[in-house]
Amino acid sequence: MSQSIEGALDRHGLITVRRSTHSPIYTLVGAVILVVLLSAAPWMVPAQVASTLMNFFILVIMATMWNLLAGYAGMVSIGQQAFVGLGAYATLYLALKGMNPFVTVPFAALSCAVLAYPVTYLLFRLRGGYFSIATWVVADTAMLIIGTIAVLGGGTGRLMPGLQNLSPSETAHYSYLATWIVALVVVVGTYYLLRSRLGLVLASIRDNEVAARSAGANVRSARRIVFIIAAAGCGAAGAVLAISQPFIQPTNEFNLQWAAEMLFVSMIGGLGTIEGPIVGSIIFFVLQQTLQQEGAWYLIIFGTFATVIALWQPQGLWGAFRDRFHTELLPVGHWVDRTDGSVKVPKN
Amino acid sequence: MIWLNVIIQGILLGGFYALFACGLSLMFGVLKVINLAHGDMAVVAAYVAVFLTPHLHIPELWSFLVVVPIFGVIGYIGQRTLIQKSIDRDPFTTLLVTFGLSVVIENLLLEAYTANGQTVTIGTLITKSWHPTSIIYISYLSLMVLAVAVGVLALLQLFLSRTGTGRLIRAVADDREAAQLSGANYRHIFGIAAAIACATVALAGIAYGMMTQFEPTSGGVNLLFAFEAVVIGGIGSLWGTLVGGIALGVAQQFGAHFNPQYQVLAGNVLFLLVLAVRPQGLFGKRTALA
Amino acid sequence: MSDTQLEVRGLTVHHGQLRAIDDVSFSLAHGEVLAMIGANGAGKSTLLRTLAGLHQPTSGTIEFAGVDIAPLRPHRRVDLGISLVPEGRRLFSSMTLEENLQVGAFHANKGPFNIQRVYELFDWMPDRRKQHVWQLSGGEQQAVAIGRALVANPKVLLLDELSLGLAPIIIERIYSLVPEIVSHGVSILIVEQDVAQGVAVADRVHCLLEGKTSLTGVPADLTSDQIDRAYFGADLAHVAPPSEVGG
Repeated sequence: MSQSIEGALDRHGLITVRRSTHSPIYTLVGAVILVVLLSAAPWMVPAQVASTLMNFFILVIMATMWNLLAGYAGMVSIGQQAFVGLGAYATLYLALKGMNPFVTVPFAALSCAVLAYPVTYLLFRLRGGYFSIATWVVADTAMLIIGTIAVLGGGTGRLMPGLQNLSPSETAHYSYLATWIVALVVVVGTYYLLRSRLGLVLASIRDNEVAARSAGANVRSARRIVFIIAAAGCGAAGAVLAISQPFIQPTNEFNLQWAAEMLFVSMIGGLGTIEGPIVGSIIFFVLQQTLQQEGAWYLIIFGTFATVIALWQPQGLWGAFRDRFHTELLPVGHWVDRTDGSVKVPKN
Repeated sequence: MIWLNVIIQGILLGGFYALFACGLSLMFGVLKVINLAHGDMAVVAAYVAVFLTPHLHIPELWSFLVVVPIFGVIGYIGQRTLIQKSIDRDPFTTLLVTFGLSVVIENLLLEAYTANGQTVTIGTLITKSWHPTSIIYISYLSLMVLAVAVGVLALLQLFLSRTGTGRLIRAVADDREAAQLSGANYRHIFGIAAAIACATVALAGIAYGMMTQFEPTSGGVNLLFAFEAVVIGGIGSLWGTLVGGIALGVAQQFGAHFNPQYQVLAGNVLFLLVLAVRPQGLFGKRTALA
Repeated sequence: MSDTQLEVRGLTVHHGQLRAIDDVSFSLAHGEVLAMIGANGAGKSTLLRTLAGLHQPTSGTIEFAGVDIAPLRPHRRVDLGISLVPEGRRLFSSMTLEENLQVGAFHANKGPFNIQRVYELFDWMPDRRKQHVWQLSGGEQQAVAIGRALVANPKVLLLDELSLGLAPIIIERIYSLVPEIVSHGVSILIVEQDVAQGVAVADRVHCLLEGKTSLTGVPADLTSDQIDRAYFGADLAHVAPPSEVGG
C-alpha cells in the first residue's frame, strides 16, 4: 500500500514520499540488547524491582492499547477496564477448568476480542463524550454481571488456582516473563499494525475524516478493528495481572483507575506515537515509586500534569521531543520531501 | 400493591437522577461538552455543605443557600478559563481535561477527608414519611427532592424560553456562529450556561448527601446514572431527562426488588436496551448519535 | 473622506495554506451599495466573514468609522454596527420566527429598526410570528435572516448570497428592500453570484477573481464584456498563478 502511494505522488514530480526510517543497525543492536537484558532481569535484579517492572509492563500494555484507540482512532474510551477485568476473569475461569494459567493468556485475549465485537455495535451508535461514558457503563455492567457469578467468587473474589504447585520464585519468574512477552508482542504488534494498510487508513481519518471517507476509507470498520484489537490487548493485560496478583476481585480488576492510568500515561507521553505511552509509563512509575509514602498524591500530581499537558502541550512529552530533534525510535509515518530536499513535512 | 410501591420508589429516585442530570444535559446541549467531572463536583458540593456550613451557623438543610451560588460562580470562572481553553483546542481535549479533573478531585477529597462516609445532617426529616397504606411509604425527603427536580426543570424551561439571556443560550446551542453575528458573546453565554449547570449540580450533590452516605469516589457512579437518564430520556430534551430519570429509577427499583445486587445492573441493562432499540432516546433528537 | 463608513486596505486572508483573499482594498461610503461579484470560490464569502470577524486576516486593516476593528470579536463588531446576513440564512432552528428576531434585537443599537418595523417591511410576518422557522419557505427564511440583522440597527449591512436557492420572483422582492434600507443611511455590501442582480442594485461593483481584485467601477461605466472577463478571468492568466500549496 505504502509503495503505491509513494508511486502515485512521485508521478507529479514535485515531491517524493518515503517511509520514515532511521539507521537500522543502531536500533536493531539497541533492541536486541534491551530484549536480552529485560528477559534476564528477574535473575539479575532484586525481586522487588522485578515486580515493579512487571507492573510497569502491564501499564505499558494498557497505555499502548489506549493510545491506539484514542491517539490513532479518535475514540476516548474510559471503559477499557471492562476488558482488563474480563481478561482477568477469563484466565480465572480457564484455570478453574484446569488449564495452566500461563497458557490461558492468549485465550483470555481472544475471548475479549470476541466479546468486544458485539459491543461495538452498541457503542458506535454514540459519538464523542457520549461514547466515552457509554464505554464506562459497559465496564460497570461487566463488573456487576461478573459479581453475580458465584463460581468466579462473586463480589468477594477468589484465588487463582494452578499457581500453588510452583515455588514462589518460579511463580515470580514465570509471571515476569509472561508479562514481558505480552508487552513485547503488544508494542511490536502495534508498531507493525500502524505501518500496515490499517495504519494508513487511521492516519487519513485522523487528518480529515470526511476526506478519508470520500477517498474510500471504511472509517467505521477501521475503528471497529481497532476497538477489538484494543480489547484483546487489555484482555491480555488483565490475564497477566491476574497471574501476578492472583487474588481476583471485581472491584480491583474492573477498577476505573486502570482507565485513568492508561489515559494519563498516554497523554503525558504523547498521543499518536508508539514511544509516548512507554515514556509516560516510565514517568508514572518514577513518580509513583517516589511518592509511594504519600497516599494518593502521585495520582493527583499525575492527573494535574496530564491535564496541563492536554491543554498546553497536546502532543505530549515525546511528541515535543520528536518535533524538536526530528527523532523517532519507532517511526510509523511517511516523510514528504520537496524535490529540492529542503523541506520535510512529517505526514504521520 | 408491592409493585405499586416499587414504581413509586422508582419515581422518587428518578426525580433525584433528573436533578443530577439536568446540568449534564445543559452542558452538552449548549457547550457540546460532556463534563466527566460532573459527579465529582456534586460530591464536592456535598462536602462543602458538611464542612463549611457549621462555620456559618446555619442548619445543613439550608446549606444550599450558600453552596449553590458559590458553585454558580465556580462554574462561570471554570468555564471562562479551563473549559473554554480546552474547547478552543477540540472536543477530544475537553474529555481528557474533565476526566483529569475528575480523578484529581476524587483523590484530593480522599487526601483531605479520608474514605470515610459522610452525610448532610438534616435531623428528623430523614426518617419522616407518609404511609397511605401499610406497604407504600413515601419519604418526605425523596418527595422534596422530586419536587425540587421538577421545579428546577420548570424554572430552567421558563428561563430558556422567556428571557433574553435564555434565548441567547438557545441561540448559541442552535448555531454558535449565527449567535455571534447577532451580537452574542458566546464565551459569556457558555459561562452562564456552565454557571447554571454547576448550580444544579451543587443542589443535586447536597440532596444526595441528605439521602445517603457519600465518600470521595461517589461521583463516578452518579455521573453514570445522570448520563443514563439523559440518554434514556433523549439527548437534548429537558423534560426527556425527567422521564429518563424516572425510567432509570423504576428499572433500578425493579432490579433491587429481586436482589439488591441487581439494582444498578437493571438500570444499565435498560440503558443498553434503549441504546440498541431506540438510540435517540424516548424524546431525543439524533444529534449525539454517530 | 469623512463620508467613508468602512475602509479596507491590503486585506489578505488565508484558509489553512490557501490564500483566499489576496491584497484586496476598497471603501464603502455612508448609504452606499457595493456589490462584490465573482465566481464560486473567488473569496467573496470569506471576505464578508472576515469583515464580520469570523475569520482573522493574515494582514491588512479594516477601519470602521476610522477605528481599526481587526482585533475585535464578531459580537463587538455587531455592537459597533456591522451585521452579516450569513450564507445559508443560519436561522436558530429550535426557535420561532419572533424568537429569531428577539435574539437579533437583544444587543441592538439605537436606530430606526425594531421588530415592529420589520413586521411592517414584511407584512406576512405578524401572522406567522409564532411559527417555527423550519415551517417557513426558503424565501421567508431569508426575510427572517435579513430582519434579524436589521433589528440590530447596523450601519453596515453585509449580505451574503441572498439569492441562493430562491425563485427569481422572490429574489426580486427581497432586493426591492435595498433602497428602503439605504434610505436610513445604512451602507450595504452585497455578495452575489448572480451578477445581473448585483449590478442592478449597486452603486459600485467590485469583482474578485481567485482572491484578487479583477475589476472595480460604476455599473453604468462597465460593459458586460468587461464584467465577464473580470468574472471568469479570460485574459487574466498572468495575475492568477495557481495558489501555492505547501511550504
